[in-house]
Amino acid sequence: MADYLLVDRLEKRFTSHGRAAFKDITFAVGQGEFVALIGPSGCGKSTLLHIMAGLSEPTAGTVRLNGERIGEPRPEMMFVFQQYTKSIFPWKTVLENVLLGVKYQSNASRKALEKICLEHLDLVGLSRYPHYYPYQLSGGMQQRVAIARALARRPKILLMDEPFSALDAMMRVELQDLLLELWSKLQLTILFVTHDLDEALYLAQRVIMLSASPATIAEEVEVPLAYPRRQIETRSERTYLELRERLYRSMVTQVVAGRADVP
Amino acid sequence: MNSKPRAVLRDSRLSGVLLIALLLLLWQLSAMYVVQSPTWPTVVRILEAWFENIVDGTLATHLLATFWRQMLGYGLAVVLGIGLGLAMGYYRALYNLFEPLVEVLRPIPGPAYLPLLVLFVGIGHEMKVVLIFLASLFPIVLNTYSGVRSIDRVQFDTARTLGLTTLQTFRELVIPAASPQILTGMRISLAISLILAILGEMIVSNDGLGYFVLLSQRTFKVPEMYAGIFTLAIFGYALNRIFLVIEANLVRWHHESSGRI
Repeated sequence: MADYLLVDRLEKRFTSHGRAAFKDITFAVGQGEFVALIGPSGCGKSTLLHIMAGLSEPTAGTVRLNGERIGEPRPEMMFVFQQYTKSIFPWKTVLENVLLGVKYQSNASRKALEKICLEHLDLVGLSRYPHYYPYQLSGGMQQRVAIARALARRPKILLMDEPFSALDAMMRVELQDLLLELWSKLQLTILFVTHDLDEALYLAQRVIMLSASPATIAEEVEVPLAYPRRQIETRSERTYLELRERLYRSMVTQVVAGRADVP
Repeated sequence: MNSKPRAVLRDSRLSGVLLIALLLLLWQLSAMYVVQSPTWPTVVRILEAWFENIVDGTLATHLLATFWRQMLGYGLAVVLGIGLGLAMGYYRALYNLFEPLVEVLRPIPGPAYLPLLVLFVGIGHEMKVVLIFLASLFPIVLNTYSGVRSIDRVQFDTARTLGLTTLQTFRELVIPAASPQILTGMRISLAISLILAILGEMIVSNDGLGYFVLLSQRTFKVPEMYAGIFTLAIFGYALNRIFLVIEANLVRWHHESSGRI
């Protein structure tokens, strides 16, 4: 259980300047767990997530899912990108975008596939918009399309790369709660990259903080806050505030250390 | 100043149409009263000649001949140009292989191929088709591969996480994403293909609008010459308009996403 998704001594060097983005990253994500990964910008957390998804190669170390090494994108793992305006194809309607994830994977009839897609659009609150084009939707709705498309593939794991960072505060709050609801309803395992400490604490059961470049794991904290979480109440709980202060201190330390490193 | 005329000037192209009418009127008057020369017939005389040649089918025959060879050369350029451009845009190795060649051949003005083609292909129909093809090819190749190469990494990553094969990626991502630029290349080449068709017909031919215009000039049928030129103006304009309508429908998403409606 503890070694469901296992990252083992992972390292990534960039060939152009030979500098390591991160090195010696080891952690595990249990089945059904919600883990947030935070760190200062430029620490390579997005690269780390791409490697875990099989979209990029590490220079050392491995990522294993159920003991099997990941080198290619896997159907049970879906990725949600930060740049929803690109990840959602603008020439396809909402329904066509969601269909894209399933139509080549299944021999079911078009009707049956559309039904699955509509169900998942309903799940993210977009049942009224299947025939809209992305440009007719707000940013928050576009990212919902991306989530519906990922979920329509019935994945076990969601890898999310700062999915809400381009949204305004109101939409972010809405989507955070939607994500928590989907997580418990569908028994997903979620690894969520963000640079927003509050978002990490509000969502996750565990927060892993990376240090400045070359990044290593700086800190790992359990977040013993009860679910369902509530935007106002949870964020004013004592535990929340204490953890927030602790992580904030740690982050400031990382940023200062990172600055001192620059020649 | 009253705001209504100003709004008309800004919002409608009526002024542009009136300018054309005014110029034609000036032409008519100048040919009647100022420059009385066989090379400067009145507009009315040109319209008469135009009408005669439309009624007896002469212009239609030549127009069809031009259109046919233009479409052969252009169609070939579209098919091969998009194919080569897609492959070059997608496969880095093919890009490295062909890009220098394209860059060297591209600046050669289309007409410069003519003497060479006469040597190798002769002076017949095929020569004109190949000429049109060569001149139309490069804008399409260039726009296609640059369209493919500007597709965002995130979109390719999306296709990979969705498990699309290479063929599916072309169908679902590469071709639609590059289509606005492919169509731009096709539109540029459409204009070029007409130019080269007319040029080829003027050099050596026995039909086509280029042939008709040149023959009319050589046989001192000056009104017919102008009528041929007017036909070309309308034909070129119509081709471009039709293309724009098709383009707007194919890539409506692109215009609307980028706020150009």
